[in-house]
Amino acid sequence: MVLDTPHTLEVVRRRGFAARWGVGAVLVAAVGWLAVTVATSPNLDWVVIGDYFLSTPIMAGVGTTLVLTFATLGIGLVLGAVLAMMSQSRNPVAGVAASGYIWFFRGVPLVVQIVFWFNLSLLFPSLGFAETNAVITPFLAAMLGLGLHEAAYLAEIIRGGFLAVPRGQVDAALTIGMTRARATRLIVLPQSIRVILPALGNQFVLILKGTSLVSVIGGGDLMTRAQQVYGQNYQVIALLLVATGWYLVLVTLAGIGQRFLERWAAA
Amino acid sequence: MSSAVSGDGSTTRGGLRLRGLRKSFGGLEVLRGVDLDVAPGEVVCVIGPSGSGKSTLLRCANHLEPLDAGFVQVDDVLVGYEQRDGRLYESSEKDIARARLRMGMVFQQFNLFSHLTALRNITLGPVRVLRRDPAEVEREARDLLARVGLADHADKLPGQLSGGQQQRVAIARALAMNPSVLLFDEPTSALDPELVGEVLAVMRGLAAGGMTMVVVTHEIGFAADVADTVVFMDDGVVVESGPADRVLRFPDSPRTAAFLAHVHRHPDKETDHA
Repeated sequence: MVLDTPHTLEVVRRRGFAARWGVGAVLVAAVGWLAVTVATSPNLDWVVIGDYFLSTPIMAGVGTTLVLTFATLGIGLVLGAVLAMMSQSRNPVAGVAASGYIWFFRGVPLVVQIVFWFNLSLLFPSLGFAETNAVITPFLAAMLGLGLHEAAYLAEIIRGGFLAVPRGQVDAALTIGMTRARATRLIVLPQSIRVILPALGNQFVLILKGTSLVSVIGGGDLMTRAQQVYGQNYQVIALLLVATGWYLVLVTLAGIGQRFLERWAAA
Repeated sequence: MSSAVSGDGSTTRGGLRLRGLRKSFGGLEVLRGVDLDVAPGEVVCVIGPSGSGKSTLLRCANHLEPLDAGFVQVDDVLVGYEQRDGRLYESSEKDIARARLRMGMVFQQFNLFSHLTALRNITLGPVRVLRRDPAEVEREARDLLARVGLADHADKLPGQLSGGQQQRVAIARALAMNPSVLLFDEPTSALDPELVGEVLAVMRGLAAGGMTMVVVTHEIGFAADVADTVVFMDDGVVVESGPADRVLRFPDSPRTAAFLAHVHRHPDKETDHA
């Protein structure tokens, strides 16, 4: 072969192409081997997976996971929007309070926050109107931990959305007699949704999976139920795969939902 | 003109009075003591080179920018401040918003609410701020759209309208609040040349109908035709003001003369974004 410069370049490209196929083949082989090994493993009982996938405890867990996810999103959105408005405010007290909140709740690991709310009675045995332990159920502790944590993240996402709305929109709102707060609510917030939605979809998936952390306090979600079942029948891997399957189903549905929402917002 | 009354029920039309306006951004003093009086029904055109403070003057007039010194009165009501014991105290946001109702503003970049249809852009203020009856407001809004020649575009979003159409909706939006004074901040500077005429035609109509207007513009022809008074600003001060004919044809100040000569030589070059 004649090795003048342009031909040399072409040969290198073709080699890279071949390497890509090679690496791809190795990957397929490795994943295939892993899949076959797991699927045919004597330690994995597919019948158990089939039996439990739609079983009552697992379905209850899926339900709780969904309720926790949407409750977290709701708390996070409302509180996050308030925090975003506070950090945009001309009032320095509001601004400092918002960044303080975000600093704290974004800085402390979620699992620490969940366990903290669960153990609130150790700090405040009584809430005045009732015993703390009677009020703070595992579910409520899970919701507080997730929601307050999520608000810190959503506050930043919503603030980013606000910043994407041109200043002239607020000017125009002020000239027809709106206060700054009303302009934010009626003009800036609706317009920022289009910018917020893609990041929000990502956050939704994080929340959905994050709910599994409440299993550390027996929050009753999908992961909690899977653990409770394998605690009795010792089918750990089978039930983890049941949970895995459900999380992937839910995340996939969320992705489809997000695409519809973004299309609606773009219209 | 629509029959609504302004926010506090007052229908007094006392014109606009600016006194000693000063405003700095950073170390740069953009307004260096500006006085301006606009009588009810008067049309004032403010002309001047880029960066002379014309746009800032309008933004300070309706308190979009707080003043460093001076005061603004519209219909004999102070804007942005309350007078107590010989001092001016900054008003609450609610009071500032109420005082702003007496002034409408039309922007260079239109600033229509991009998520609302032309009709909703017009009805939002009367319904949500003035708390008026939505059905009645909608009837008036459709009349206003017809007046600016856009009766068939009520349900379009701003993005579906041309610049000239957007600006006409913006004028209708300002009119729907029934202001005492309309402020125009270079209303045609962002428009393609062939769309300028349709916006100026609407403004001529308003002037003929007795609307009090302050127009920052580079359209010297419009100023000559429509303005009662022309104000020439340069470097943050009013250099010269007087009857349109006199200022535009026989300016007292050499700076005014130089500016006008420049604009006549390069009519398309004077589209600044100050």
